[in-house]
Order: sequence, then C-alpha cells, then structure tokens
Amino acid sequence: MKGTVKVDESLCKGCALCIPVCPKGLLRVANERFNARGVHPAELDDPAELCTGCEMCAIACPEAAITVFRAVKA
Amino acid sequence: MTIQAPEPLLTPVYQYPESLTHVPTHYCPGCTHGIAHRLIAEVIDEMGVRQDTIGVASVGCSVFSYRYFATDFAQAAHGRAPAMATGVKRANPDKLVFTYQGDGDLASIGAAEILHAAVRGENITVFFVNNAIYGMTGGQMAPTTLEGQKTTSSPAGRDAATTGAPLRMSELLAQVDGAAYVVRRSLHDVVQIRRAKKAIRRALEVQRQGLGFAMVELLSSCPTNWGLAPDAALAFIRDEMVPVFPLGDLKVPDEPAAGAPA
Ligand SMILES: Cc1ncc(C[n+]2csc(CCOP(=O)(O)OP(=O)(O)O)c2C)c(N)n1
Ligand code: SF4
Ligand code: SF4
Repeated sequence: MKGTVKVDESLCKGCALCIPVCPKGLLRVANERFNARGVHPAELDDPAELCTGCEMCAIACPEAAITVFRAVKA
Repeated sequence: MTIQAPEPLLTPVYQYPESLTHVPTHYCPGCTHGIAHRLIAEVIDEMGVRQDTIGVASVGCSVFSYRYFATDFAQAAHGRAPAMATGVKRANPDKLVFTYQGDGDLASIGAAEILHAAVRGENITVFFVNNAIYGMTGGQMAPTTLEGQKTTSSPAGRDAATTGAPLRMSELLAQVDGAAYVVRRSLHDVVQIRRAKKAIRRALEVQRQGLGFAMVELLSSCPTNWGLAPDAALAFIRDEMVPVFPLGDLKVPDEPAAGAPA
C-alpha cells in the first residue's frame, strides 16, 4: 500500500468536490447511508489499494475532512 | 536467516490544521470559504505563528470566522475590518494581523476603509473573498456581480447601464502607493488552490517584513445563491469570473537583491 485517506465523517458535508479530483477515481459518495449531519458522506473505495496519497482530495475539500497517509519504509 | 522487510508504515502527510478549531462551520456544502479558511490556517501552522496572529472578522457569511480560527480574533462592524485591523496592528506591531472579508463587505460598504488602509500603507494582510454576491443576506447584487448575472436584487441579470460594471478591487488598490502586495488567485481547482496558498504565505511574509499593505483576492464560490451545484459553481468561477477578474500579480515588492542587507 502506497497511501490511503480517511474521511472524517463528522466534518463531511457531502459536497462531492473530492470525488472528481482523485486521479484514480477511488472516492465515492455513500448514497446508501447518512452521517450525523444528515448527508451522504464521501468514502474511500479502494479494495485494490491503488491510492498513492497524492493529497488531491484533501486539497479540494472545503471542510478539511480528509486526512492523507503515505507509506514510508521503516 | 533472512530478515523480513518491515511493513511499510503509514504516516499522515495531510491532516486537519492546528490553526482551525473543531467548531463545525455553518458554510453551505461546497462553499469555498472553507478552502480559504483551511489555506490560511495551514499557512499559519507552517509559519509557526498561531500564538502571534490576530484575525479581524467582517460581516457576511464569514462573520463567525472568529469561531473557526484557533488564533486571537476580533469582530468588526460591516466593512470596518481594515480600520479595526489598523488599530490592532498599531497597538501590537509585533503581531501578524489579518482581515477576512467578503466582496460586499470590502467592495461595497467598506470601500472607503479598505482604500484608505492601503493609502496609509497599513502593515496588515487582507484576505478578500470575492464570490460576486452578498451570500449571507440571501444573494443580492454586489459591486463585483458579473454583467448579466441574476441575483435577488437583479432578477433580470445585472444591467451595467443602470448599476455599473463589476468593480475590480485588486486593480484599484494595486495603483495605490501604500500597497505593497496585491494579487488575485482562485479556489476553483487543485492547481489554483495551491497557488492561492503560496500567495497567502507571501502576503503574511510581506507583513512580517514590514513592507506595507498586502491583499490576496480569492475568487470563491457561492453555490447556494448562484443556484448551482458545488462542482458547477467551481466551473462558473473558471468560465465566468476569471475572464472578468483575471488571475495574477497586480503588485509585488521587489525581491531584495542577493546578499543585500535584509
Ligand atoms: C451596517 C450593515 N449594513 C448591512 C448589513 C447586512 N449585511 C450583512 S452581510 C452583507 C453582505 C455580505 O456579503 P459579502 O461581504 O459579499 O460576504 P458573503 O456573505 O458573500 O461571504 C450585508 C449587506 C449589516 N450587517 N450591517
Ligand atoms: S470534499 Fe470534503 S466535505 Fe465534500 S464530500 Fe468530499 S470529504 Fe465530504
Ligand atoms: S451563502 Fe454562499 S457564501 Fe454563504 S456559506 Fe452559503 S455558499 Fe458560502
């Protein structure tokens, strides 16, 4: 795994601005559930572990809701 | 014996800025006020000046920005943030003082205050969030509203013959002698957001160097009052606002020559 992201769902407003900026299309709106704000939150859908931790989604997010992790060799 | 390669460790490379509180913001989904807040907070973190920064909030959708920044803050009457920041900075010359103002606040009711703060060369930094509309009050026409743009007070579209053409505040302020740094950036995509952050940093550095009045205009979205989805609102900035409010550096201080005394 090169990287991953974590969406803080308590902050997410479901604006979906993070979705189109992911170069690998790994984020989706969770249309089947709601967060405590009553909106469909964004979530990472990356079973093949393709996320590189490029930060594009975090830069586009107006709520600073996305934390980005990258792998480092220990 | 073969030594197993260690599992790669995951380290956070981007996380919630320390200079933002954890108070949930009241901004509409997709409103780029949130991006402007985040960038300013990131820069304050990176400069390590959170304890030495005082913000001045204005009136508009960003009226509660004092709740969202984890720095000291004051709250000014509508349009008066540059006047209040003048006093705050003169009384605390060792602090970094910034205002955060919308276009109704800065270009309309506060036009005199911003102009004369620049004329006096006040050593403050202004973050000017231009969304071409009065957001907080329900989407009335601002001085920055585009020609033909429909607002609640220009339902047939802004008519330049009766209400004038969009006011370009950065161009106006850049020709004032007291202004040291005046640039326009946009928040409509990742590349522009990165550029905007660099300008925010530079505008605070200009103040730290005592060079005079600094302003970063940020083209920003108001999906709610434009009646557009968040992504369509970003496209509106790119396609409609940028041609009227061109991005770029209107005025920048000369770089000190290499080796010259600071
Ligand atoms: C003295 C005074 N006049 C008018 C108002 C009403 N008012 C509140 S916010 C606002 C305009 C805000 O627009 P802008 O500065 O563009 O900020 P935005 O909400 O779009 O971020 C106005 C006219 C007020 N609060 N005080
Ligand atoms: S950009 Fe941020 S607030 Fe908007 S959907 Fe994505 S994580 Fe949620
Ligand atoms: S009304 Fe417009 S400027 Fe105000 S928070 Fe909503 S989208 Fe943002």
